[in-house]
Amino acid sequence: MHIVVCIKQVPATLDVRVDPVTHNLIREGTESVINSFDENALEEALRLREKFGGTVSVISMGPPQVREALRKALAMGADAAYLLCDRALGGADTLATAYTLAQGIRRLAPFDLILCGRHAVDADTGQVGPELAERLNLPQVTMVKKLECDGKTIVAWRECEEGTAVWELPLPAVVTVESKINTPRYPSPIGIVRSAKKPLTVWTAKDLDVDEDQIGLKGSPTRVLRLFSPQRTSHVEILPGEPEEAARALVAKLREQKVL
Amino acid sequence: MQEIWVVAETYQGRLAPVTLELVGKARTLASGAGGKVTAVLLGSRVTELASELIACGADTVLVADHPELALYRTLPYARVLTDLIEARHPDVVLFGATSQGRDLAPRLAARLRTGLTADCLDLSFDKDGLLVQTKPSYGDNVMVDIVIPRHRPQMATVRPHVFPAPEKDAGREGRVEVVPVHLEQADLVARVREVIAEVEEASKLEEADVVVAGGRGMGSKENFNLLYQLARALGGVVGATRPPVDEGWIDAAYQIGQSGKTIAPKLYIACGISGAVQHTVGMEKAKVVVAINKDPSAPIFNLATYGIVGDVREVIPALIAALGAHK
Repeated sequence: MHIVVCIKQVPATLDVRVDPVTHNLIREGTESVINSFDENALEEALRLREKFGGTVSVISMGPPQVREALRKALAMGADAAYLLCDRALGGADTLATAYTLAQGIRRLAPFDLILCGRHAVDADTGQVGPELAERLNLPQVTMVKKLECDGKTIVAWRECEEGTAVWELPLPAVVTVESKINTPRYPSPIGIVRSAKKPLTVWTAKDLDVDEDQIGLKGSPTRVLRLFSPQRTSHVEILPGEPEEAARALVAKLREQKVL
Repeated sequence: MQEIWVVAETYQGRLAPVTLELVGKARTLASGAGGKVTAVLLGSRVTELASELIACGADTVLVADHPELALYRTLPYARVLTDLIEARHPDVVLFGATSQGRDLAPRLAARLRTGLTADCLDLSFDKDGLLVQTKPSYGDNVMVDIVIPRHRPQMATVRPHVFPAPEKDAGREGRVEVVPVHLEQADLVARVREVIAEVEEASKLEEADVVVAGGRGMGSKENFNLLYQLARALGGVVGATRPPVDEGWIDAAYQIGQSGKTIAPKLYIACGISGAVQHTVGMEKAKVVVAINKDPSAPIFNLATYGIVGDVREVIPALIAALGAHK
């Protein structure tokens, strides 16, 4: 079985603010990690490989420092890593990202399953998985909390408004996973040593045979107009006194407001 | 003229609340821009729901009724919507940011090669008639305004409860058009084996008029249990922020906020909750917010209508007693 896992490198902390003057993003700290849901996707791939044998490839698009995330994925147990890295790919929104990843994944064919995290914790869109499935013309199932596979079909449990829907799909397919699906392993010391010898291939736009109009900023239909901090103004009425007094005053106010 | 579409969502033969909220919002947007609102209703035996969509503000309801559309699956739904959008060219297509909308909208955006904004908290038209889509990012620490200047339709998923449910006008007139459904064999490769209904207490959280929620400041599982007494006295449901879930005081299904549920009760009582943005995005649509916290500088007070500065272990029993006295 050949499983491809898509990975995004994200900031370790989401503690960001918008500079009120320049409107630029102020990030606290510069450390980066693998998006947590993508670690769940990789863990699921490794478990399937343990069951069926085969290969797990990890792929990412981003600047050169994404090598670090891919090295960690190799240390966790992936067999090969691919980084799509080119200035021409910069500024991509989810549509351009999905197209570029699809072009990279086509080079890895044949494959049986593509696994992604349900969304990236920084941009919070959850769009790349389904967009990738469309670009690869594969069926999809998203936000999966439990997965079973017999090598030819998958059964996937996903939460929906009515409860849990159980889907059955033929492979190859694209699956995005929830954090509940598993607990990702830590890289073992021996895994870290072995990862140094595993292949990490970098592909540029030229290697990918991409249509220039569909990559990077040019291939992105969305534009960011502005960034701002959520605004909140306070109108709180503090009810003073001992707890009993404050509680009685509160009940009176709530009755006045007809919420009781 | 702006042609705004809302993709309706149904479950168990009823329209999803977010669908009605979106039709109401689309009506407001369309009225300001001289536009039209169309709801697209997909499913099996759903035609009779069209009148409710019209009562909420739709001018036209396109009904795609087919047995294969009974339960949501990505590919058949995407096929029907692609055919309709390519034939009729709406300017805007809106979805609820639900498990269905989040699955379907990006599939469709990629097929139509257009832009999509996820999880919007606000929508408006700018002076050039572009849809400005406001979405949170970085765990809701930052808001981003996004536009789709040149591609059509402009697509967005919108969080439930961010717009009010519209007043229904049963006398409103609109047009119901049943559209043909053409599915290909390739659209039917996925099968829904079953839907396991979970009629759990936690799902009542989203519909409850009164929610009593606890945070880290409750201190212990024993103290946390005070919330159930208060909820009972108020006829409400208990919810929580993330720390009580992590501590095992309450199940994750009751978590409110970014990685939990979004609620809009009439009364929300925050007990021992500091008010981190990851939580408040899930409750800021509550009508009346009461904050009980011993730290007067806790950010939750900025969101609150009424505040009591004090120890939850003293204030909650006092509140239960005061409620009893008034009955």
